[in-house]
Amino acid sequence: MVGQIAQHAMEVHGEAWTIKELFTLPNEYIYWSIQIVMYPFMTGLVAGAFVLSSLYHVFGVEKLKEIARFSLVFSFALLPVAMMPLMLHLQQPFRGINVLMTPHFTSAISAFGIVFLTYASIVATEIWLVYRKYFVETANVLMAKQNRSMIDNLRMMIFQALTLGAWDISHEAVEKDHKACKIMAGIGIPVACFLHGYAGFIFGSVKANALWMTPLMPVIFICSAVVSGVALCILTYVVVQEIRKYMAKSKMARWAKDADAPNAEELEASKHTEVMISSNYLLYFMIAAMTLEILDLIFRGYTQVKSWDILREVIMERDFVKIFILQYTIGNLLPFVMMILPGRTVRRTTIATVLVLFGVFMMRYNVVIGGQAFSLSFAGFMDYHLPIIPHNWETFKEGLLGAMTVAVTPFVLFYFINMFIPAFLKEESTH
Amino acid sequence: MKSHVWRPLYVVIAFVVALLVFRFFYVPNDFGSGKRGFMYSFHRKSNVMEWKNQPAKYGTSGRERMHEYCSACHGAIVKLRSEKLHGIIPCEDCHGPAKNHPEDPEKLSIDRSRELCLRCHTDLPYTTSERKRIPGINPKTHNTGLECVKCHNPHNPSLEGMK
Amino acid sequence: MERREFLKKCVMVIAGASVPLSALTLIDPKKVLAANPDIQWAFLVDTTKCVGCGFCVKACKTENDIPFDAHVSRTWVERYVYTKDDRRYVDSPNAALYGFTESRIDLGRGEFKEIDPKNVGKAFFVPKLCNHCSSPACTQVCPVGATYKTDDGVVLVDRTWCIGCGYCIMACPYAARFFHPVLHVADKCTFCYHRLSKGLDSACVNACPFGARKMGNIHDIDDPITKIIMNERVGVLKDEFGTKPQAFYIGLAQEVR
Repeated sequence: MVGQIAQHAMEVHGEAWTIKELFTLPNEYIYWSIQIVMYPFMTGLVAGAFVLSSLYHVFGVEKLKEIARFSLVFSFALLPVAMMPLMLHLQQPFRGINVLMTPHFTSAISAFGIVFLTYASIVATEIWLVYRKYFVETANVLMAKQNRSMIDNLRMMIFQALTLGAWDISHEAVEKDHKACKIMAGIGIPVACFLHGYAGFIFGSVKANALWMTPLMPVIFICSAVVSGVALCILTYVVVQEIRKYMAKSKMARWAKDADAPNAEELEASKHTEVMISSNYLLYFMIAAMTLEILDLIFRGYTQVKSWDILREVIMERDFVKIFILQYTIGNLLPFVMMILPGRTVRRTTIATVLVLFGVFMMRYNVVIGGQAFSLSFAGFMDYHLPIIPHNWETFKEGLLGAMTVAVTPFVLFYFINMFIPAFLKEESTH
Repeated sequence: MKSHVWRPLYVVIAFVVALLVFRFFYVPNDFGSGKRGFMYSFHRKSNVMEWKNQPAKYGTSGRERMHEYCSACHGAIVKLRSEKLHGIIPCEDCHGPAKNHPEDPEKLSIDRSRELCLRCHTDLPYTTSERKRIPGINPKTHNTGLECVKCHNPHNPSLEGMK
Repeated sequence: MERREFLKKCVMVIAGASVPLSALTLIDPKKVLAANPDIQWAFLVDTTKCVGCGFCVKACKTENDIPFDAHVSRTWVERYVYTKDDRRYVDSPNAALYGFTESRIDLGRGEFKEIDPKNVGKAFFVPKLCNHCSSPACTQVCPVGATYKTDDGVVLVDRTWCIGCGYCIMACPYAARFFHPVLHVADKCTFCYHRLSKGLDSACVNACPFGARKMGNIHDIDDPITKIIMNERVGVLKDEFGTKPQAFYIGLAQEVR
């Protein structure tokens, strides 16, 4: 058949993973694929992690001190990764800079670069303010050191640069840092919410798409962003603490050999309080997110406008398992019950956070892919098949492997960032 | 502004300035809004000319003057054929784009395929559409494998004009 | 004082003389038309004339270098078949590039539906293309200003500036846009802008043997297209999106979206 040969000869973007059914318009494909699912998911993690860290810095929730500092550094590691899926999905990634060069502000995407960079500088500033004392101390130690190795020299130069020439670590100067940090975190919360609400606006403002177009979209996105961000921070925090506990026991790492290093019991105790308190916040935001999502669904079902026929078929039949089983039951209801049942433990909470993360991911998936699951003609459907084994660059970057790359990167980055901005520090060096 | 806590701001300002300098060299200076305002016509102005200057491939222009272009050289034969039933079909639909003919291509490649005729002459039972006025055949039973032009004269498709 | 007065008069004389001079300059009517900011290109589709031959799609792909093999098209033709037992079937196999040479309906996934000819009620063809809306959603959402509406009403894509984000494709309620399979930038119908500016009609308008497609300047009340749009009952597709489409249709059915 001519069509069959042609398909291999000239594949258009989206054809590799779109299966069309009934009447779809010729140019319709699932153009926004897995990377656009990853994009709001990763941005949500960034925003959520930052909000968690701000709970301590702005509202002075003292008990969250350790996880707050961890979240701050982790949200910095997540930052570049919020950009990654966008770059991977662009057909012309080298022209991505155009968004900053000729921003067309009537487009919801255009301000992304500006909002993103503003947010990035706020996070970076906050980290600088928190860690300045540490930078100065480390630089001083390195400078005082006799016969430095090449790595020492390199580290020294980096730390010298990181101080930005502000060497004063007197009590007054550090107090100033503290105050400025509080202000930055205060500015950061609305900007973080804006960054993510804005991701919701990108979808909610597409009037051509019956599923996406709702003014609730930005709010839903913010709430689920905080949910996912807090969940990831708890999860990563618990995992990292477990590793530290193991190291403390076996005295593996250099810090663990210090005389005043925290022992395993201390780590366990601090972990317990921090996890319990932050998971309370997780619960509040989960209630808000679920309420809004269900409200949206009820409204669509009740008002039954023109698009409802096709939406009902997508939501209630074709994507039923993805939406009601995977997202709502396993991703929302189950962890919710796990956390409100009495006798909550760290272990149970941790399992719940994994489910929550999965639930939020499925929500993004159902919005992004589900929004493209039906034809604009309202007479056909498009089925998304995630490319698993790539056969070219496109099916790599917009396939399972591309998504995995995006998912793994923050942890790799965190490992490297942690070398210079240690998320876990002894009391004196930071506040 | 004396306090050291402002230092990150200087870094940010330096970054913004660097970006603006880069922008100055990067963005074509004819970028701006057109008559439709910023929302609908923010663009690089010279792009309009680039589109206008694309070469055309088909020479025909306008239904009323559809035979004019080919008549310039092939006047007599075009006149003869345009009076027949298939005269409503522009020459280039079957003979191919001829804007630069006879230089490029020197000789047009004519589509004589069965599929070309079947575009209109497949029998479809659509009595409410204009299709009903066109004689149709069932391509699966009507002299399968044979090109239509073997029997029918494409320029004079009446049954009397059969070859 | 006197000198100032003198200068003033001089200026007035020169200014006065220059007006009739410019009025005397010969005006080439074609040039005026070309520079006339009041051209607004509009499209008229008479669905009652369409037989689904697909010559328009073939001509469009040829004229605009959209590979025949690629399953995307700047223009396409849809077939609507209503059965007497009140079912509706729609398809557009390969965007009707090769016309409709089979009576069975393409259901996607390699499945087809043969309809009993006796059961066929209403059936018709609808050609589609970019509507070149007055308030195009696609240009509104372009983050970099790579797609825009020209002063004479055509929506174009700047192929050197498009970043390929796909937002315009998502924003178009008509699915008129796609990624160019070779250039990897957003692509769409240009009303054959290069032909219009050379005084030629667009490729699809030329190719249609039945006159189902027409183009004209909707700001010119003497234009035959404008007359039809003004005097006959024409409709547009999906007006609920407020994009104000500039492709008008004769003989629309409510199921055509």
